Amino acid sequence: MPTETPLTKNIRTDGEAPDVKAYEQAGGYQAVRKALSGMTPAQVVEEVKDSNLRGRGGAGFPTGLKWSFVPMGNDVPRPKYLVANADEMEPGTFKDRLLLEGDPHQLIEGIIVAGYATGTDVAYIFLRGEYKLAARRVAKAIFEAREAGYLGQNILGSGYSLDLHLHISAGRYMCGEETGMLNALEGKRANPRAKPPFPPASGLFGKPTTINNVETLCNVPHIINRGSAWFKSLSRTKDGGTKLYGASGKVKRPGIWELPMGTTVRELLEEHAGGMRDGFRFRGLLPGGASTDFLTEEHLDVPMDFTEVQKAGSRLGTGTMIVLDDQTCPVGMVWNLEHFFAQESCGWCTPCWSGLAWVERILKALEDGQGRPGDLEKLASQTKFFGPGHTFCALAPGAAEPLQSALKYFREDFERHIADKRCPWR
Amino acid sequence: MLSPDELREIEAEFSRYPNKQAVCIDALQIVQRHRGWISDEALHDIAALLGMSPADLDSVATFYNLIFRRPVGRHVIYVCDSVSCWIMGCERHFRHLSERLGVKPGETTDDGRFTLLPIVCLGACDHAPVLMIDDDLHRDIEPAKIDRILEAYK
Repeated sequence: MPTETPLTKNIRTDGEAPDVKAYEQAGGYQAVRKALSGMTPAQVVEEVKDSNLRGRGGAGFPTGLKWSFVPMGNDVPRPKYLVANADEMEPGTFKDRLLLEGDPHQLIEGIIVAGYATGTDVAYIFLRGEYKLAARRVAKAIFEAREAGYLGQNILGSGYSLDLHLHISAGRYMCGEETGMLNALEGKRANPRAKPPFPPASGLFGKPTTINNVETLCNVPHIINRGSAWFKSLSRTKDGGTKLYGASGKVKRPGIWELPMGTTVRELLEEHAGGMRDGFRFRGLLPGGASTDFLTEEHLDVPMDFTEVQKAGSRLGTGTMIVLDDQTCPVGMVWNLEHFFAQESCGWCTPCWSGLAWVERILKALEDGQGRPGDLEKLASQTKFFGPGHTFCALAPGAAEPLQSALKYFREDFERHIADKRCPWR
Repeated sequence: MLSPDELREIEAEFSRYPNKQAVCIDALQIVQRHRGWISDEALHDIAALLGMSPADLDSVATFYNLIFRRPVGRHVIYVCDSVSCWIMGCERHFRHLSERLGVKPGETTDDGRFTLLPIVCLGACDHAPVLMIDDDLHRDIEPAKIDRILEAYK
């Protein structure tokens, strides 16, 4: 069944990103014209609410609803800010890179429309430091958009003004957490903030702030151009739109595909990723990055949307799956994940900095054949301390997800490490 | 002392943020681009320029994976050790690089040519395993390919 691919239609796999002229010729910046000349900010918010667009950074919060929390009117604190979260550092995730490198004007157009809807004065694209090509292309696109009158004072004569800056970070997972990101932009350590207040009330520099993921923002121009009903019709489920899905690990064709929201795990794995490489058997997968619970064989027919993956005991997360095969040790894989989380913890909350280090050490001992009876109970009890509700941000609760589900689905493998006093895969 | 070029580049960032402290990550990256790393002296000079205490600035500098508070080689090799690359065998490549260069992760070769570092997921997991040398991403890495790639970095 041929499906529309609004997010990736301009993206050429081996070439330059479209410049402002090429982007305009492909219908680009029409949504800015339409919104700024013919719609009120409230109408833009309503259209996006009706579209059932949910945040593509992983949490799936309804985008229109998030925008509606931003105080509007003449007597609200200014400047108001918008931050595009391009700090894509969730292990196994490589979707925003495609959008940033492949069609940066689409993101800028989304930011302008989102900025208009929320009365934003100043916007930042918060880009991870390792994305060098994306940095060059986004910087060039911002320059072109400003020259063409889509950014700056009185955009296209509408009376709406927006400044957009590129902030290039220097590498730390915590910066992707939204309040950590605000601290990072203020030149502080990216520790999370206590909530409330939430960013729409008091965010960057204490001002009302909207934070959206890159893929989320890239959907916005298409919703404005073609309407919320069309956007919903792209999806197979209640959540609107298409989704960038990916697969990595020992599958035949690792990659990334724009498909209807709600495409099943099986279709992604078997049709798009081509199934497992010859000689490898499927054991499980993390559906949406490192901080999601494992799914296994019994979940292959789960539609990959926010609601259904949650019902199956995991989260859609970023929608880029990491596949575990039978010749890779699940305990080793979880050790690798917890090593990442322990290293990237900012050190602010005790269950996180202390618990993750402990968990990592136990997993390493299991891998090295030094596991002891009681270790699995210790691991399980730590996942309870990680939260949610015990820490300021979602890093530790996210770290708990692959661990708690691995203990459930791969229990025998853990036990064999202790009984045999070695890793059976090494 | 900060050089005129460094000063000019840092001051050009001031207009993009409402206060000077917010420029500190940019400032650290600018000075590192010129000098390769951030010495205590550089840290103090940047802190003074931005009206921060050196301790505050150091707490930011040491927070980031890509800010170096120790000297590094002419080229920095970042080997991704996150989950997709781990599944695809990055530990082998780390060992290969370590043996070839005669350094452990975190160390610099005697001739000052390479520093070898682990890095978290580089977001190119469909081409795992990957590594980055300076600003260049290298995908679908294997030992023979690594040897060829290194030749380009003198």
